[in-house]
Amino acid sequence: MRVGLIPAISVPRRRHRAAQPPDEDAELVARLRAGDEQAFVALVTRHHAAMLRLAGSFVSSTAVAEEVVQDTWVGVLRGIDGFAERSSFRTWLLRILVNRARSTGVRERRSVAVGDAGPVVDGSRFDASGAWMSPPQHWIEDSDDRMHAQALAGHIKKTLGELPERQREVVVLRDVDGLSSDEVCQVLEISDANQRVLLHRGRSHLRQALEAEMGRA
Amino acid sequence: MSILSRKEDLVCQQVVELVTDYLEGALSRSQRRRLEAHLAACEHCTEYLAQMRATIELTGRLRAEDLSPEMREEFSAIYRRWRSEDD
Repeated sequence: MRVGLIPAISVPRRRHRAAQPPDEDAELVARLRAGDEQAFVALVTRHHAAMLRLAGSFVSSTAVAEEVVQDTWVGVLRGIDGFAERSSFRTWLLRILVNRARSTGVRERRSVAVGDAGPVVDGSRFDASGAWMSPPQHWIEDSDDRMHAQALAGHIKKTLGELPERQREVVVLRDVDGLSSDEVCQVLEISDANQRVLLHRGRSHLRQALEAEMGRA
Repeated sequence: MSILSRKEDLVCQQVVELVTDYLEGALSRSQRRRLEAHLAACEHCTEYLAQMRATIELTGRLRAEDLSPEMREEFSAIYRRWRSEDD
C-alpha cells in the first residue's frame, strides 16, 4: 500500500492475525506427508475460517459451505503428494476450494448475483463540474466507540452478504483474510486489473453502507 | 485510463473512482501526483479517502468462526478414513 498524503487515521499496513507465515504451513505439510494426523488437524484449524467464508460466497447455506470445506480437505489429502509447492499451500488449498465451491454453487444456483456497473458514488452527489455537492458525512471517529463498533461489525457482515459475489470474494480474501492481490488473482483466476475493479466496487459499497448507517445515528 | 487522459485537474467525481488504484499503488507517478494535488486542496475527498481506509480497517476486524472441538474431531475422522483407504 502506498503511503498517502493524509495520516488522518492510521490503518495498519497488514494485519498480523491474517498473514499466515508460509513456512509454518510448509512444515505442517511435510509432517502431513509423513503421516502425522495432528499436522492435518493443525492445517485445518489454521485455514478453516477463511475457507468457510470463501465457500460461503459461492453457496447458499452454511451447511453446504461446510460440506465444500470438508470435500476440499479430502481433495487435499488425496492430492498432497502431488502438491508441487510452486505456489504457497494456502493458494493451492483455496484454489481447490474455489473449484469445488463453483461446481457446487452452479448446481444449487441461487439468484444470480448481478455485477453492478456505473459510478461508485451516486452522480447526484456532485455538481455539474464534478465537485462534491453532498460531501461525505463524518463518521470515522464514531466508529471507534464500543457501542458502535459492535453494531458496525454486524452491518458490515450484512452488506458483504449483499455484494455481488465476485466483489464479495475479493473483499473477503483481501480485507478479512489478508491475502495479497497476487494471491487473490491466483485463487480466483482473475487478472490484476479485474481484481482491483472488484475490490474498488466492493469497498466503495461498504463505505457507502457505513456512511448511511452512521449518518442515521 | 481514459479518465486520466485529459490534462486538466481531477474533479471529485473522478477522484472517488481512483481511490482504490491509489491505495493499491496502481497509479502511474503522474496520476498519483495529480490525485495528491487534488487531495491537498479538497477536504471532502480527503475525508472520503480516510473513510475508505477506515472501511478497510473495520472490515478487517471481522472475526472468524473458530473450529469447535466437535469439528476438530470430524476432521480427524476424515483423516483416518483417508489413511485406511490409502493402505
